[in-house]
Order: sequence, then C-alpha cells, then structure tokens
Amino acid sequence: MENNNNHHAFIHKSYSSPKNNERDIVIALAGNPNTGKSTIFNSLTGLNQHTGNWPGKTVTNSKGYYQYYGSNFTLVDLPGTYSLLANSQDEQIARDFICFGKPAVTVVVTDGTNLERNLNLALQVLEITNNAVLCVNLLDEAERKGISILLDKLSTELGIPVVGTVARKGQGLEKLKEAIWQLATKKISTSPIKIKYSQEIEEMIKMMTPQLEHLLGEQLAVRWVALRLLEGDETIFNSIEQYHLAKQQLLEGAVALCH
Amino acid sequence: MSSEQQLPLSALTVGNKGKVMLLLAEGALRRRLLDLGVVADSVIEVIRVSPAGDPTAYLIRGSLIGLRKKEAHAIIVNPIQ
Repeated sequence: MENNNNHHAFIHKSYSSPKNNERDIVIALAGNPNTGKSTIFNSLTGLNQHTGNWPGKTVTNSKGYYQYYGSNFTLVDLPGTYSLLANSQDEQIARDFICFGKPAVTVVVTDGTNLERNLNLALQVLEITNNAVLCVNLLDEAERKGISILLDKLSTELGIPVVGTVARKGQGLEKLKEAIWQLATKKISTSPIKIKYSQEIEEMIKMMTPQLEHLLGEQLAVRWVALRLLEGDETIFNSIEQYHLAKQQLLEGAVALCH
Repeated sequence: MSSEQQLPLSALTVGNKGKVMLLLAEGALRRRLLDLGVVADSVIEVIRVSPAGDPTAYLIRGSLIGLRKKEAHAIIVNPIQ
C-alpha cells in the first residue's frame, strides 16, 4: 500500500486534480498518434473528464473516470507518441508517467492496419513495465484492407492480454475494461516478451545493475534505466531526480503529520 | 557481386523505391527515423512531393510519412524495381 501512496502523491503533486481519490486505480493510455486512442478515452470516460496541462508544459493532459465492478478507475490519456525515447516533450511526458507515475496498468492502443510500426511503442512500454494490455483498434479498417489479426497468437507472443476493438462503434470496450480490471486487481499476471540486446550491451547492463538498484530502489525498471543511460539519454537524470524529490516530500509530509 | 548502387533517398523521384542501407543521421533525428521504421532493409517508396517542394511523402513499411529534404538526405538507399 505504501507504494500506492507514493505514486498517488506523485500524481497529486505533479498532476493535481481536485477529484482524484486515493483509492482510484490509475490507468495510463498510450499509443501512436491516429490510433483512435481519443475515441477509446472518450468512450470509456464519457463526460467524466477534465483537461489541463502536464506540469510546467504546454502539452494537454486529459484525465477521465469510470467505474467497473465497483472499482473507480482514473484514466490518464498520454500524448500520442511513436516511441518513449524522449525525442520530444510528448515522448518524455509519456515515458515519465509510465515509468515514475506507476499506473496500475498501461494500455497501449495500436492501429490494426499498421501493427508492425505500432508495436515499436508497445515493446518499449514492456521494457518499462510488465503491467500492460495491448488494444488493437481500427479492426474494421484492417478488415477492409484485407488484414486479419490473430489476437490470441499475438497475446501469446507478447505475453500480455490483447483485446481487439472498433472503438468508433463501441465494440470490444467491455472486453478492454475487463482485461484492465483483471490485471489491475491481479486476477491475472503477465509474462511479457523481453527484448535481448547484443552480448556487449547485456554485459554492461549486468555491470550497472547493482548500483542502479541501490540508487533507484526495487521499484523502478533498472534494466530500462540502464539502457537509457547507455544510449546517452540525459533527460532520464532529471526525471529520476523529480521522482525522488516527490518521494522525499511525501516522506517529509508524513513525518510532519506525526508530530 | 550485385551492383549495389547507393543514393540518398532525397535523390529518388516519385514512383521509385529504395531499400535502406545506411542511416547517416545522429541523435534525436536518428532515433525518430528508426522509430518510423527506417531500418536496414526497409523498402521506401516515394509517393508525392508537396507543392512547396518539401516535405515529400514516403511509404515506409505501410505508413505514409512526410520527410523533409534534410531528413531524406540522411537515408542512404539502394534503388530497386
């Protein structure tokens, strides 16, 4: 439960919303631009949403709410991105939220007519978190183009739940909510595919791991951070620092309350 | 040994295709191109040039992507039929 509080505090502090409830289950919605992600967001949350900005940025942040099986869900619509490699502010925001905001589940919305490119983001998400659900949207468009997708096989290959949708027509959304709920409440677990790199890189990761574990604690994806550092991504330092600052403030706040 | 002609993508004209051999870009541009599918052996087809002459629309692994001349310069391809 302590971790839950940490990340809620991070969200409160950074992405404050008056209606956010401590007990809400936070779900991140990621995906390439033009995958129908907004349609899914709107269909799931209806009018229960508000829009603001990500802290300190001009990028729009939308948060919405829905209930399922008596649980309250907060759905955070991340900017549409092709990748999480921090090429742009959008990507940094998406990455930071998935990595440091620690949503219970990250839903990756993909375009069924262009699955190969869309899976780039999905695989990157799986390097950060195991708690992901793949949504293959635009199935009607895919069918029109003669593309049929073996959702079950895809699920086996990726090691995560895969749900097909035609968000525009409201199809598959119940199944999506079900998969999200099952993963969030730990009724199911995932064993996502892990991409292996060259021997040289894997050895470097092994060398860096003990120190990173010490620095980051058990919660953050050490392997993913190691890869970013090896790649020369400097923005990762800022993000980790912000995360620790938030954690620190929560701790100080908790201590102050006890006196 | 096949004659592997190498040209920048920017040199290809509408209707022609090339297979990616090499990416000369670095840093953020390189990552963006890789994310868009510009990896070795990808086939890129030149679809149309915008009225201003830049950017140009390319079909890359099933997606229509607009690239500026400066980006297309950095992609070395082997022209194919």
